[in-house]
Amino acid sequence: MSVIRRRLRTAAVAAIAACVALGSASCSKSDDEGTGEGGQVKLVLQTFQNFGYDQAIKDFEAANPNIKVEHQKMGELRDFQPKLVQWLAAGSGAGDVVGLEEGVLLGYVQNHDKFANLLDLGAGELKANFPEWKWNNALTPDGKKLIGLGTDVGGLAMCYRKDLFQQAGLPTDRDEVSKRITTWQDYIALGKEFKASGKVKAAWLDSATSLMQPYVMQNSETFFFDKDNKFIGDTNPVIKQTWDLGLQMAADGLTAKAQRWSADWDAAFKNSAFATLPCPAWMTEGVIAQRSGPANAGKWDIATIPGGGGNWGGSYLAIPAQTKHPKEAYLLAKYLTSKEGHLAAFKEAAAMPSDIAGLEDPAFKDKTSDYFSGAPIGQIFGESVKNMKPVFLGAKHQQVWETIFEPQMQAAERGQASSDAAWKKAVDEAKKATS
Amino acid sequence: MSSTAGAAPPRHRATPPSSTPAPRRSSYRLGRWDLKYSPYLYIAPFFALFGVFGLFPVLYTVYVSLFDYELLSGTKEFTGLENYRVLMEDAQFWNAAYNTLGIFVLSTVPQLIVALILANLLNRQMRGRTLLRMGIVVPNITSVAAVGIIFALIFADRYGLINWLLGTVGFDPIAWRDNRYASWFAVAFMVDWRWTGYNALIYLGAMQAIPKDLYESASLDGASAWRQFWTITVPLIRPTILFTVIISTIGGFQIFTEPLMYGFGLVRGGADHQFQTLAMYIYEKTFTGNAEYGYGSAMSWLLFMMIIIFALINFALVRRSVKGDRK
Repeated sequence: MSVIRRRLRTAAVAAIAACVALGSASCSKSDDEGTGEGGQVKLVLQTFQNFGYDQAIKDFEAANPNIKVEHQKMGELRDFQPKLVQWLAAGSGAGDVVGLEEGVLLGYVQNHDKFANLLDLGAGELKANFPEWKWNNALTPDGKKLIGLGTDVGGLAMCYRKDLFQQAGLPTDRDEVSKRITTWQDYIALGKEFKASGKVKAAWLDSATSLMQPYVMQNSETFFFDKDNKFIGDTNPVIKQTWDLGLQMAADGLTAKAQRWSADWDAAFKNSAFATLPCPAWMTEGVIAQRSGPANAGKWDIATIPGGGGNWGGSYLAIPAQTKHPKEAYLLAKYLTSKEGHLAAFKEAAAMPSDIAGLEDPAFKDKTSDYFSGAPIGQIFGESVKNMKPVFLGAKHQQVWETIFEPQMQAAERGQASSDAAWKKAVDEAKKATS
Repeated sequence: MSSTAGAAPPRHRATPPSSTPAPRRSSYRLGRWDLKYSPYLYIAPFFALFGVFGLFPVLYTVYVSLFDYELLSGTKEFTGLENYRVLMEDAQFWNAAYNTLGIFVLSTVPQLIVALILANLLNRQMRGRTLLRMGIVVPNITSVAAVGIIFALIFADRYGLINWLLGTVGFDPIAWRDNRYASWFAVAFMVDWRWTGYNALIYLGAMQAIPKDLYESASLDGASAWRQFWTITVPLIRPTILFTVIISTIGGFQIFTEPLMYGFGLVRGGADHQFQTLAMYIYEKTFTGNAEYGYGSAMSWLLFMMIIIFALINFALVRRSVKGDRK
């Protein structure tokens, strides 16, 4: 609303528009000349959030004295993504190596002409380093072009509140809890037991929507899209099944009905409003520990996810076709997605390796978390990824889930709309958005 | 004067003496050019910058709006007025327009009235006058994002301050986001919190230019303070009121950050787009998903037209209802 702010924003938008229009290199931040003193090549690496690459880049520069890396941290994904789209379209401005979140990557696999083919740069030899699904996600359907190398993976486990379990008279030991929740039906039954104890005010799960990601991933090979990227959210039976299962839990009073990523959700952690939460690795320290705060340290623990393994999230490094130094850029991407790069990132930002050797390395495998009562996070999350079945997500998965189905399911959970009405709205809107 | 003759030639002489040749003539000419053209030169940087960063993008937006232009896939096809036709049938666009208008009315009307009253109160002799006058603009210099985060917490559904207060006196909590009008109210409240003081200060400035003797003679004639306010103050600051109405219309129609922060950073603006404004919808279409620049440009143009129309309507309405001092 402020006039000055708005002007600045208008000016910024105008500047971007002008850059796009002119395709002008002068607007770009990246160093297009690249070769500085003594034939040194300067590479620009653009990432979002925190990839944990500070040390890895130093090591890379030490091993490759002719390459200098400028690491531009671009803030949140939602801020970086629109800029990257513009830079790719304008033909300049994008880094030599860019970080792509899984959902974003799938969109670019469909429109891959703006990226270099890593197979041409020699990436074929790296295939055995990654789980097959992580590799294939970045591969075009014909298998001839690879646009990204895997950085982290999410993995999946069940985070739970030991203290609340104890109050309700449930087992608290993580192995015992894991045994009691091997299937989702067990998990719901234990939740009913938790509630029936009458000794706890907290709900069992944060939100009905938390069920969707792990449950569908375990029980279906596809999510909202079939392998031709056609929307099948309305006909994939597992999605409706999960929707009903989650909303039934809400109706049974097992969920805290907190909207994920809202201020209420944050407060619900602090107020101990729920006892369990399916959690990928990046959520443990970065989300749960941060929101629950030091007051709840040692009260959380981690068990295995019901229904076997699973994955939630993860990213890739890609090389935009506009780079002037594809060879050097490839060296950097290759190093950062090698075992050394993965383990450095794990140490710095708790980003779980997708590199198979990295997953086996003691630096990852033997890692425990103090906040989570000393839970062996390396082992638990490592197992979850090994056991998982690959799921085809489709280019617009993130959009359809986060901006259409999740809000509608939340509205139904809060009783603002009937389940049927919310489902119909979600399907209609998703069809419109994907047609 | 004659004693100084020759030391300094008289100025403004039509023909310089023949003894002073070219340099003097050219400096004279330079001086005339200076007077004539310098003002244009001084304001030129603004117009040059405006042309590059203001006018060109605006015109380029018109051009882009005629294309099916998607940045992600690289599509760029001329489709004429197709984007505008689709826009006319786009329920989400009109829903956003409805929300924007609703939030605008809900925020601007009370805001300007309260600002007027505040300014009138501050226009008196009182203790700590300067402090109070400065104080009312403090909300305006706080970061809009910070304001959005704090108010999103105050108006949180479950652990929010207001619902907690309502609970302590026995009322049901309000669904601040699911209920369309509750969400409008909350967003309007945020806007007012930031902008009432700013407008009050502008009114105050205008009020201080009103000659004090007008009030004195009115008092002698026995006019009440209320009567003086409506028949002296308001008519005399009418141009300022018109100015704030126009500025508020422009600002109100482009409201973006407040509802965005209120919806926890999601451009969707609630499960059913209850508080998604036009600027948010433009952002959603243009910068997320397929990055539909063509469609986004068409929407931006329609928003531009709407702002002009509503600014003119508001201008006419206010000019009519507030009688100026036509003599």
